[in-house]
Amino acid sequence: MLELLGNNSWMAEAVLLATWETIYMVLTSTVLSYLFGLPLGIILVTTAENHILENRALNQVLGSIVNAARSIPFIIFLILLIPLTRFLIGTSIGTVASIVPLTLAAIPFVARIVETSLKEIEQGLIEAAISMGANAWQIIGKVLLPEATPSLLLGVAITAINLVGYSAMAGIVGGGGLGTLAYYYGYQRYEDTVMWITVIVLIILVQGMQMLGDNLANKIVNKRR
Amino acid sequence: MIEIKNLSKIYFASGQEILALDNVNLRVQKGEIFGIIGLSGAGKSTLIRCINMLEKPTRGSITVDGRKITLLDKRELRLARQKIGMIFQQFNLLSSRTVFDNVLFPLEIAGAPRQEAARRVQELLELVGLTDKAGMYPAQLSGGQKQRVGIARALANGPKLLLSDEATSALDPQTTRSILKLLKDINRQFHLTILLITHDMNVIKEVCDRVAVIDNSRIVEVGHVLEVFSNPQTPTSHSFVNAVISRDFPGELLHSTTERSGDIASKLIRVSFIGASAGQPLISSMIRRYNLDVNIIYGNIDRIKDTPFGNLTLEVLGHPGLLQEALDYLRGEGLEIEVLRNA
Repeated sequence: MLELLGNNSWMAEAVLLATWETIYMVLTSTVLSYLFGLPLGIILVTTAENHILENRALNQVLGSIVNAARSIPFIIFLILLIPLTRFLIGTSIGTVASIVPLTLAAIPFVARIVETSLKEIEQGLIEAAISMGANAWQIIGKVLLPEATPSLLLGVAITAINLVGYSAMAGIVGGGGLGTLAYYYGYQRYEDTVMWITVIVLIILVQGMQMLGDNLANKIVNKRR
Repeated sequence: MIEIKNLSKIYFASGQEILALDNVNLRVQKGEIFGIIGLSGAGKSTLIRCINMLEKPTRGSITVDGRKITLLDKRELRLARQKIGMIFQQFNLLSSRTVFDNVLFPLEIAGAPRQEAARRVQELLELVGLTDKAGMYPAQLSGGQKQRVGIARALANGPKLLLSDEATSALDPQTTRSILKLLKDINRQFHLTILLITHDMNVIKEVCDRVAVIDNSRIVEVGHVLEVFSNPQTPTSHSFVNAVISRDFPGELLHSTTERSGDIASKLIRVSFIGASAGQPLISSMIRRYNLDVNIIYGNIDRIKDTPFGNLTLEVLGHPGLLQEALDYLRGEGLEIEVLRNA
């Protein structure tokens, strides 16, 4: 790849910058989406029927909102959120601005993925904690989250990988990163090389994230086995 | 220790009412090991789960150690639960924690000071014989070891009552015995009241002082284990007892008769020995005193908790008057006599 870039130092620089922008967008929106999505997922699980904070009304309202948000295609989400992004960031173009739609689109996704992980925990473990006199916070902090850690970590990897794809889409509307690079140079200027390099960088990024997630999860599972 | 009054529990499952407990009344004394036996679906699991309010009773009241547990608010209930240990059939250990940290868990919940808690965990691991396994994870332990961790965990906050929900049902017979022995030791050492549910009469026989038989959501019989074993009152109890101690023998023996001359009577009797009388030669002194002949049909001797318990089926032949006196003599010595056939 370096050879490919060798006689085009501007291209190397552009690819490096775009890669960094993509990583920056993906990491920031992953962290931010977990900041909101993790609590939301916990609420979805614990307010369900027969769980520690059973609350049917809240559960159904939150569930419907999450479903509604998830059914909007990301590309439409991007456009819908332009006014909000302008309000929050001051502009709707660029790397920082694209973090807003990326995060908002990922929150409901994270909530469901966290919910799925936490649902796998055996009812018996929760009952044992209740029988010891644990309160809801203790059950969440000492039973649900630690027991589900490997599964939660795999969820983070899936979320981040999804966001790589989303960030490329955001790139088409001026979000920056590898998406913008591929679009401007690859699509509009027919620079095949840039397009292919972008694809390869994306593959490496996704592969790396999945491997990191798998490794961390396996490490924990193996320790407990 | 526990007083259950008029306890009923109704479930609603797919629009149907299911009566899981029907007006249950029960008293468990301080320091005893009390067993509740029943087939699956009889309601025993619901009953034990009502005692620490894992199930909310529909009607009735439960008092544990002088406090009406059914009237406590959320916070009070959490504090009360810290003093009621519970062990489970599936152990329910946290896979994310080592053995040490699993036992520490209830102490964290109760907010015990760190150092004191760590010392307590060491003590408990010693008690259950797992000091060398402190750093291992539950997945690395055998079933018996897991249940020992469960027991240590249940004892962490110094409970006065231990609830055992089929704690040995997932274990092989040998491991079951060792866990039951541990429960017996704990009961003696700490004067801890234990309430256990099981479907296995061997468990009752091995450790319990008293037993309640639950059938079809109702308690049908309550009594000392020896009483229930020697003289079960209901068909359900009968079948549980027979599953462990063979009291029945081939029916044709009831009808076969030994040849005898005119004035000699014959009785087929079953003699139950309990405790000390099992060690005395009562039958042979009866034979000598009343000049009888005895034909041994069937016999066995067993142990209920720590008391020898035997039963012997005999055909007794002799003068009709003396025969009656002989039976009275045995009854006078404290033996339970059941006449199976007169001839």
